[in-house]
Amino acid sequence: MKGAEILIDTLINEGVDTIFGYPGGVVIPIFDVLYQTDKIKFILTRHEQGATHAADGYARATGKVGVCLVTSGPGATNTITGIANARMDSIPIVVISGQVATSSIGTDAFQETDMVGLTRSITKHNYLVKSVEELPGVLKEAFYIARTGRPGPVAVDIPVNVSNGILKNYKYPAEVTLPGYKPVANGNQKQIEKLAQAINSAKKPLLYTGGGIISADASAELLALLDKTNIPIVITLMGLGSIPTDHPTFLGMPGMHGTMAANLALTECDLLIGIGVRFDDRITGLRDQFATQAMVAHIDVDPAEIAKVIKPQIPVVGDARKILQELLKKVQPRQQDEWNERTNSWKNQYPMTYDQSAESDILPQYVIDRVSALADPETIIVTDVGQHQMWAAHYYKHRKPRAFLSSGGLGTMGFGLPAAMGAAVGRPNQTVVSISGDGSIQMNIQEFATCSINNIPVKVVILNNSYLGMVRQWQEMFWDEHYSQTCLKRSPTCPPKCTGPRKDCPSVYIPDFVKIAEANRIHGYRATKPSEVDEVLKTGLNQSGPVIMEFMVKSIENVYPMIPSGKPISAIIPGRSS
Amino acid sequence: MKEKHTIIVTVTNRVGILARITGLLAQRGYNIESAIAAPTEDPDVYKIILVVMESDENVEQITKQLNKLIDTIKVTDISHKNNYIVREYIILKVTLTQRTRPEVLDLVRVFEAKPIDLATEHLIVELTGHVRKIDRFVELLKPFGIKEFVRSGEFAMTEYN
Repeated sequence: MKGAEILIDTLINEGVDTIFGYPGGVVIPIFDVLYQTDKIKFILTRHEQGATHAADGYARATGKVGVCLVTSGPGATNTITGIANARMDSIPIVVISGQVATSSIGTDAFQETDMVGLTRSITKHNYLVKSVEELPGVLKEAFYIARTGRPGPVAVDIPVNVSNGILKNYKYPAEVTLPGYKPVANGNQKQIEKLAQAINSAKKPLLYTGGGIISADASAELLALLDKTNIPIVITLMGLGSIPTDHPTFLGMPGMHGTMAANLALTECDLLIGIGVRFDDRITGLRDQFATQAMVAHIDVDPAEIAKVIKPQIPVVGDARKILQELLKKVQPRQQDEWNERTNSWKNQYPMTYDQSAESDILPQYVIDRVSALADPETIIVTDVGQHQMWAAHYYKHRKPRAFLSSGGLGTMGFGLPAAMGAAVGRPNQTVVSISGDGSIQMNIQEFATCSINNIPVKVVILNNSYLGMVRQWQEMFWDEHYSQTCLKRSPTCPPKCTGPRKDCPSVYIPDFVKIAEANRIHGYRATKPSEVDEVLKTGLNQSGPVIMEFMVKSIENVYPMIPSGKPISAIIPGRSS
Repeated sequence: MKEKHTIIVTVTNRVGILARITGLLAQRGYNIESAIAAPTEDPDVYKIILVVMESDENVEQITKQLNKLIDTIKVTDISHKNNYIVREYIILKVTLTQRTRPEVLDLVRVFEAKPIDLATEHLIVELTGHVRKIDRFVELLKPFGIKEFVRSGEFAMTEYN
């Protein structure tokens, strides 16, 4: 059997039904095998970065391993951002790249790059397959490593002579042998017992959960724990949707753009139970002043996360779902008490609000609110990166896990459209809405063609404020309104030192997104006034096939609350007026 | 507080493992004082012995990150353990003159170092011993003019399992 055939056979055996990718010289043997099989659907993206994010979005939405196939050299390097993105958010993808023949490796051959060297620090593991004999074992390992333990991206670099090589006695390997890789699933019983006791005796316990709940499929267990104990909970960007937004003890997202209630609870709690979180700097603010009143418990499947940032008194290594199941048996029921009253009072005192009636411009928060009201409750929301991402996190009513897909750790502009495409391919029965900004959408705008040709019905909401809004917000707040290179309308005729919108600003936004829709032969709509928002959303969401809905929103609007970078949580700015 | 830590990393012998380990340390901002990679009694297993100058907390993090590598079987920080034999090897070229020759040869004898090559203007010696002994030997020969030396980096082995 040929190496290329072995590759495709392995993928089928691993349950792969879809590959996102792009062909090239050294992967022609593999594409030739794909030409002859009907067991795998291939989505030809318009850029390898799009393919990698699509595989990532597919993995986030389905829980299965996403697969991406590209050629060597530029094909391989174009996947780098996508791989790094999957790595930061612990998403299981396998990226297969072609490589020049083993005899040419190291000679700077045409389209040769050291893929293993380039991806070493951004993959969970990577391989250069040096002979066809190694191929079956490597592929089996790649999928196993990607999806087990703390999930992550695995890169497999396959030289063309390995794809063309013949292996006589090919058999799909039954199991993997990895003496150095044994993910811990069950938590230590004594530690779980200790945690249960700490919960039973805590006066102000607080749950702080993240993406680990989603990847362990532990939502049901988390909800059961909340039902039994009524512990107030804050959930990170990566964990949104693991419980419904309207859950009575949910205080919102914590951190730099977290709610006041979530951040105040972090500051005051006496027991902080982190599950599937990594105490990211966007959550902790200034580390030394983080949760100083609290005993910290940290549950994570990755032992290296324990004490990386905050040293916990109760560390528990293992799978979040299994540990929650054990914990549920050991904790005593807890009724809502003064602590719940206090945390809820913050929710009432500092609600996340906006006032559309006082504005003639469309407010971005209002658009998200209306998406939340008008879209099907089962909708999968995908975001890009920036202000719109934070508004989507706060104002969309999350209902289910694997239904809010966002680039958390790497913060990759351009993630949204291709990831939404991957999600829509993986879950064809769900509506997929991509919420984007006018900056982010242009970073992988070529994928509208992929959506259109393959009729992948992604509904794209573009909140157009004509700025790279998040950076502009920092410039406004901390850099004396020096809007350096953050205005996307800026032309050579503008004043050199612009400090914000003026009467003589260029009136036209380039490009015209409705015409981008037209050029891709999909439907495009634009709302310029608040009164048009519902109409555009209703029309767009009910349209079959991919759609662009552009909302010309207020250009100078900030995301609040905000904890300035490197400051403690106590430095939180609740809103513009305060 | 930064202090010297010797870390033994037992790994599966796969292509690029040394690059993974040194890359990981560099990526997270840790400096390596010395590194040795060598085969063991099991042809599938290699041992990599690293010496780093870091705080205990950082070494704990390094140890965890090293453990996370798929090809890593075991990581042991032996710095606070006393059941380990630690050795280092050095080859050193020292300047000789008519006047200094007796004193240099005297030091060589005291340290039980082994002369390898004796020329009119220099002496090459080799020495195996605990790192502290090697350090002292180098220090005492310095005034005579050391032309060049190569040290192996630390080797270590547990006395019992």
